Amino acid sequence: MSDIPCYHCGLDCGKNPIVFNEKNFCCNGCKTVYEILNQNELSCYYDMENSPGQIPNEIKGKYEYLNNPEIVEKLIEFNDGNISVVEFYIPSIHCSACIWVLENLEKLNPAIVNSMVNFPNKTIRINFKTEHTTLKAIVELLTSIAYEPYISLEDADKSAKKVDKTLIYQLGYAAFAFGNIMLLAFPEYFEKDDLWLEHYKYMFRYMMLVLSIPVVVYSAKDYFITAYKGLKKGILSVDVPIALGIIVLFARSTYEAFLDDGVVFFDSLSGLVFFLLLGRFFQQKTYNFLSFERDYRSYFPIAVTKIVNGKEENVPVQSVKEGDRLLIRNEELIPVDGILIHGEGLLDYSFVTGESVSVYKANGEKVYAGGKQIGGAIEIDVINKISESYLTELWSNDVFGKDTFERDLKTVTNNISKYFTVVILIIAAIAGTFWFIHDAKETIGVISAVLIIACPCALALSAPFALGNMLRIFGYRKLYMKNAGVIERMNKIDHIIFDKTGTITTNDSSTLSFEGEELTLEELQLVKTLIRSSNHPLSRALNDAISVEPFLDKIENYQEVLGKGISGIIQGNEIKIGSAFFVETKLEQNLNTIIFIKINQDIKGYFRSKNVYREDVENVFTQLGKKYKLSILSGDNEGEKVYLEKILPVGTTLLFSQTPQNKLDYVKKLQEEGSHVLMVGDGLNDAGALAQSNVGIAISENVNVFSPACDAIMEAKLFNKLPKFLTLSHKTIQIIKWSFKVSFTYNVVGLYFAVTAQLTPIVAAILMPLSSISIVVFVTILTNFYAKRIR
Amino acid sequence: MEVIYLTMTITVIIAGLFLYLFFVNVKKGQYDDIYTPSVRMLFDDELVKEPTQEAKKEEQKAAEVKKDS
Repeated sequence: MSDIPCYHCGLDCGKNPIVFNEKNFCCNGCKTVYEILNQNELSCYYDMENSPGQIPNEIKGKYEYLNNPEIVEKLIEFNDGNISVVEFYIPSIHCSACIWVLENLEKLNPAIVNSMVNFPNKTIRINFKTEHTTLKAIVELLTSIAYEPYISLEDADKSAKKVDKTLIYQLGYAAFAFGNIMLLAFPEYFEKDDLWLEHYKYMFRYMMLVLSIPVVVYSAKDYFITAYKGLKKGILSVDVPIALGIIVLFARSTYEAFLDDGVVFFDSLSGLVFFLLLGRFFQQKTYNFLSFERDYRSYFPIAVTKIVNGKEENVPVQSVKEGDRLLIRNEELIPVDGILIHGEGLLDYSFVTGESVSVYKANGEKVYAGGKQIGGAIEIDVINKISESYLTELWSNDVFGKDTFERDLKTVTNNISKYFTVVILIIAAIAGTFWFIHDAKETIGVISAVLIIACPCALALSAPFALGNMLRIFGYRKLYMKNAGVIERMNKIDHIIFDKTGTITTNDSSTLSFEGEELTLEELQLVKTLIRSSNHPLSRALNDAISVEPFLDKIENYQEVLGKGISGIIQGNEIKIGSAFFVETKLEQNLNTIIFIKINQDIKGYFRSKNVYREDVENVFTQLGKKYKLSILSGDNEGEKVYLEKILPVGTTLLFSQTPQNKLDYVKKLQEEGSHVLMVGDGLNDAGALAQSNVGIAISENVNVFSPACDAIMEAKLFNKLPKFLTLSHKTIQIIKWSFKVSFTYNVVGLYFAVTAQLTPIVAAILMPLSSISIVVFVTILTNFYAKRIR
Repeated sequence: MEVIYLTMTITVIIAGLFLYLFFVNVKKGQYDDIYTPSVRMLFDDELVKEPTQEAKKEEQKAAEVKKDS
């Protein structure tokens, strides 16, 4: 093998690189992109990064539907008749050269006014003159330079895509109030009997009061809401003592500001809210370019080709009705159940069923939504509406709509705060009674001081910061989690379920293996010679799999029976390759697509696809087997059972021929038995189980493309890191527990001041930020330390 | 010292102005993407074309081919 990297995409060029401008290219696609960029003086692209490009896909008639004004209108965000604005999601954006070339689009198409890339979100926003160009031309331009936009049904309903910025506003105001109130409160910290201060302190206090009202009613409002919701469900969440602390702080300070009875704590109040919101903000790391809540809409095409009176017409997919005739081209997804009317269907359902081999469908057979057509175009008659098809029904299952509020409340912090709240209330009561007997006028002051100082700021901060930091670390290592709660739930896992196809086996390199009596070299050559002349996708796959030189003799009597097989006579040998029916055998007939070989009336055997397991599968299972119960659920048949039993630890449950519903039920059953289930899966067929499980991890060869609704998305290459990720989540919870102990120490010190009626604003103003900041530093250092150690 | 009423008011108003500007900019989406602008500012404005020797040769060849046909 030569090792010449492609100038454009960096892949190995193989034996025959295409040379252009003395640069090597792996394929014509890459060369074309280079040509386009070079002609338009955009070849700086290649100066920014080495081999920045991706191989472009073929365009053909793929974007015909963008001529339909109805669809265009749905995609375009803004149009004033002259200039239109459109935003695309482009999964292949990956380096700064991408930004550069995409922001110079106007050089390639002068009708584009400007284009802006949002790199973290992998989106591009394009302003273009409607008069001079069309949306279709722009999409085709992007595709031709290998930045194919991903357009799905989801883009059509834009309304759902609204980012909630409330937390930033709340945090912004809290920071503003914190800073200003600190300044206003400062004089009172030290000077007690200063004449000047006596005179002006009322003004300072009223100003602080005014500034802190929005802190309580706006910035901190979520704490009251969650505390109330939790209480209604009978859960003493950590938000309860926080809400209590905030209310008491505000009420007591307001009371004293007006009556001039003592001291005010507005500074501590705003500081507390600021730190709490900061923790919440830190935990809210989102991977905008990933979607964890996908439903069928993001998989479906936005438009389909309908045949009306013999003419092709592009219509939005929603408008497809029963009885319509649709044209499905190569590589297109069937959006709705139908009956195959015309053409040869070879459908890849790997996405829905996990079955890796494409299914052959003949005329008149029923085809289900979700299959991807491979090969020539087919026509189908629609028998269901989109909303009633098999695939969409899968999504209407309850698990996708379940209320997660209760689950989110059952966090490690809330478990502890249950006891914490009770203890604090008891301390407040005891201290109150004590002071009521000794010095009655201090009673209210002491009770409120206890509630104020006990406000578990540090306690509430340790989990968000530890989890937030870990979330980032996991993100750097390509395990993307939906939210911080996933780490906590991962810690409780005791049963791990794996899907087989695509999860522990690799998706793309399922190779064909031969079963039957060994073929001689000559026989292989015969097969290769015959198979070369066929264009059927299966023939092409087989052609790739057989690596012998074909004979150069002419094939006599060559025949290709559509959907059955091919036959011919080479060097006097009669060869038939095709289905069981075609070669007239009664050998096993299952759902798998198998290719039989028959030479001179002798059935030699058949080719079938073989699974390729991921590296280290055995190792991963032995490691995990020590700590967890394991199960494997497969949509495939039992073909691999013997092999799997060999590599898996004893006691692993193996279940085959599982439907999506079976998988979901299995998870449910385990959960009813009290297990905490981690489901690792890849396709739509696992979607139900992923949603039902305590933690669902979707494995994906390319995280930018597809994954079903889940809690975390992991890059397939990292499969062998799974045990380490689990250990890391264990450690995180341990760190949180340690930091709880530290924050309790602070609380004890604070409570000492509170019950002895010595809590002055300066003590509160020092203790609260000190405890918060030190906890943040503590967990950040520890999480980074463990992340480094466990690699 | 009555001037303190005035100065304090001005202080808070100015601080409030900045808060308002912050809110406006968050709303406008200024903080939505904090990565891309940092890369964008490093790009040159002008496109520099530096035809390499090979490219020139290619062009010549192409021209010759045109002439011949």
